[in-house]
Amino acid sequence: MSEYVNITIDGHDIKAKKGERVLWAALDNDIYIPHLCGIRQEERPNAGCRLCFVEVEGASRPVTSCTKNVEEGMVITTRSERVDRLVKTAFELILSDHNLKCRECPANRSCVLQDIAKKRKIKLRHDRFKSIVREFEIDDSPAEFAFDRSRCVLCGQCIWADREEAKVGAIGFTKRGINRVVTTFKDLPLAESICTQCLLCVEACPVGALYYKKNESDDSNKNSEKNS
Amino acid sequence: MSNFTPAEIYKELLEEAISQGEARKEKTRVLVGTATCGVAAGALKIKEDFLREIESKNLSDDVDVFEVGCIGHCYAEPLAIIAKPGHPAICYGRLDDGLVHRLVEDFLVADDPSYEYAMAALERNDVFPTFEDFPRGIYEKKLILEQCGFIDARDVNSYLAREGYSGLAKALVEKPEWVLEEIKAANLRGRGGAGFPAGLKWEACIKSKGDAIYVICNADEGDPGAFMDRSILESDPHLVIEGMILCAYTVGAQKGYLYIRAEYPRAVTHVQEALEQARMKGLLGNSILGTDFNFDLEIFQGSGAFVCGEATALVNSMEGKMGMPESRPPRLAQKGYRGKPTVLNNVKTFAYVPLIIRNGADWFKETGTPESPGTAVFSLVGKVVNTGLVEVPMGTTLRQLIYDVGDGLPNDREFKAVQIGGPSGGCLPESALDVPIDFDSLQDAGAIMGSGGLVVMDEDDCMVSVARYFLEFTQHESCGKCTFCRLGTKHMLDILTDITKGKGDGDSLALLEELAEDVRDGSLCNLGRTAPNPVLTTLKYFRDEYIAHIEEGRCPALACRDLILYYIEPPKCSKLCNVCVGSCPTEAIFTRDDGLKEIDQEKCVKCDNCLKACPGEYNAVVKISPPVLPPEKVRVAK
Ligand SMILES: Cc1cc2nc3c(=O)[nH]c(=O)nc-3n(C[C@H](O)[C@H](O)[C@H](O)COP(=O)(O)O)c2cc1C
Ligand code: SF4
Ligand code: SF4
Ligand code: FES
Repeated sequence: MSEYVNITIDGHDIKAKKGERVLWAALDNDIYIPHLCGIRQEERPNAGCRLCFVEVEGASRPVTSCTKNVEEGMVITTRSERVDRLVKTAFELILSDHNLKCRECPANRSCVLQDIAKKRKIKLRHDRFKSIVREFEIDDSPAEFAFDRSRCVLCGQCIWADREEAKVGAIGFTKRGINRVVTTFKDLPLAESICTQCLLCVEACPVGALYYKKNESDDSNKNSEKNS
Repeated sequence: MSNFTPAEIYKELLEEAISQGEARKEKTRVLVGTATCGVAAGALKIKEDFLREIESKNLSDDVDVFEVGCIGHCYAEPLAIIAKPGHPAICYGRLDDGLVHRLVEDFLVADDPSYEYAMAALERNDVFPTFEDFPRGIYEKKLILEQCGFIDARDVNSYLAREGYSGLAKALVEKPEWVLEEIKAANLRGRGGAGFPAGLKWEACIKSKGDAIYVICNADEGDPGAFMDRSILESDPHLVIEGMILCAYTVGAQKGYLYIRAEYPRAVTHVQEALEQARMKGLLGNSILGTDFNFDLEIFQGSGAFVCGEATALVNSMEGKMGMPESRPPRLAQKGYRGKPTVLNNVKTFAYVPLIIRNGADWFKETGTPESPGTAVFSLVGKVVNTGLVEVPMGTTLRQLIYDVGDGLPNDREFKAVQIGGPSGGCLPESALDVPIDFDSLQDAGAIMGSGGLVVMDEDDCMVSVARYFLEFTQHESCGKCTFCRLGTKHMLDILTDITKGKGDGDSLALLEELAEDVRDGSLCNLGRTAPNPVLTTLKYFRDEYIAHIEEGRCPALACRDLILYYIEPPKCSKLCNVCVGSCPTEAIFTRDDGLKEIDQEKCVKCDNCLKACPGEYNAVVKISPPVLPPEKVRVAK
């Protein structure tokens, strides 16, 4: 059996590795699909952000591309009325719970939300839904970085970095439903937890929730580089 | 392997059980219904009353008192069955200590069955009607509830004596493939909500060829108001256990679990005892009925969150992880508990299995519809006369279920809607009453079979509030993993809350509907996918009620507190009676100069006390919506 399968995405013929998921096959071939929570190496995708919908021929409704394995002959379309509608709603829902003061945010201009808005021509607003952003105390206990949960989109990238790259296990999701947050064991400030301050989570955060503190002596703006 | 065949070993067990049963029948037996529903109504005290009265009459040697499960007539609880030699077994309901005293004195001592207090006889006889003679008896057909409340749930012999485990004995001399074909031929569909064919699920599991296979029974039953799985486990645990053993034999599993919610302590105890007794009889554990088939079962007590009933979340919770759903595939049949192929079925699904194996697939298909064979079990609650557990053939219409089995609405109230399938189900109107109850017809109407909760509603129920109530439940139970369910249900709930407060605007309905559709289409698991059902169905069938709230600030059912006011109609007020004044907790009601009572709207907290207190001959207190006082008030108050 060959190691590759032939698929079509938006009319392009693509050879994709067997076992690969549609999202990564598309991105590897410069075909854009919005995504926040997808992690290529993750065996069982989180599939929480619901931004990566595509149409797969034969499927009755849009499917999340981060969970869909490529199959020989699969025909995929990244845009459709149904896909665009779901992505727009999911995106606006995320924005309704996101601190949208971009100008005050260290991730301004490097933020993945701004990127999605631009690429999918969705306004960085949530006119349909009222804001339900809550106030959180900023955890600025670490020496070099801080954590502002009002900007967190619960993508889980930081948790993956902490567990699988740093192999520390300092942070994780807790609480259910609308109260879901990323936090440390017993909700301790990061500096009091087992966090080693290796900064991998800060690098992983696609928005400005985990960010480098401004450092007077060091003017280089790490925050705006980290996602480029 | 033993030298005896399963049939021989089974025959011996059966004979022993029957002779124990016969011995018991020589004495008078009092069977008190002590499932959780009975206990809630005071059944344990009734049992004590019986024991005390029996002792005081020195009858302790002649009468045995047993605990049995729920017979489904919950409205008449606490109840007991008295089986006295020479009389048909008779069920008595609504017991209290006085009635117990009477029954012991008149029936147990004096041999007069006190028919005036009897509900029904249990077997056909010449003197007193049976439950089947009830109007609902014509429509009811009990398969999995048949023995519930009639057998001693805590004695395996009681189950054995009624053909219990005969399906297992029959299957063990056949190949596993035979059992699978029988279940497939019966077209047994999963009773946990979605109606997926059990045979196909089992087959998928066999095809996965893992080195271990697990069988799990889903007894999480998190729907508020649903209690049939609890009832079955409490009242007839061996039926479910036999079903699981048969499944294990079919798919080649050696280990299984019953995932029971920790809030069901009686079910846990009864199942625990049943497992021990089954092991002692050689029906469970190593070398079942003398064959080389080994299978054992264990109870896992669930943490209680509603979403843990979802298949993947249930497995996560059993593995000690957070009880959150995963995206599928892989399905549990490929990768389930501990990464191994796993069969997960509902309590009721397993309960049908022994009956199908015992009586054959064709027997099963005699009941119900071709696409949904068998029966449906519902907990009938709300504005209906006979609340309780009912089992009817699939294909029975909602109208028959509510009016014939449930005996209609109490006090001649007018039917408005029925919520079917629990918080993830839909609200169907009068025009849908002739929809037959089966998996596919309900789905087409916008509801689901779900867990089998069925709530009847009348004109006092506001459909916006009802939708809000159910959504509040699912929103609260959302695990928070995915965007649509975590945030979408929150915004839907906020919009609904605004509407019930009269704060909705022209865009609210369109937005609500759009969002509901997106949450349905975009959520990760079925909690999110089905959460919009109550909203979508009420929008479809009762849109005018939404519009009345939004455009007129009026709640047609007079239920939304912010849209009503309480008003005392001057022509009806007696002037001389002061009842309402005393009933008001905030002293909002005062006597005017002309002697009439009036409510100070500033002080009124809309507690409904005065409306209830005003004597029936006056009925002067009314609710008004929109909350605008009639002009009379202006005129008289001058
Ligand atoms: C939020 C949620 C809660 C559920 N709760 C239950 C439950 O309490 N009991 C149950 O049997 N199935 C429940 N299910 C359905 C299960 O996921 C699964 O489909 C079922 O247990 C399979 O058994 P069946 O095929 O016999 O119906 C639930 C599903 C969801 C999405
Ligand atoms: S802190 Fe950043 S990386 Fe972590 S979950 Fe929130 S948005 Fe994602
Ligand atoms: S639909 Fe709701 S319960 Fe299901 S995964 Fe999403 S957030 Fe969790
Ligand atoms: S990337 Fe697929 S759901 Fe988030």
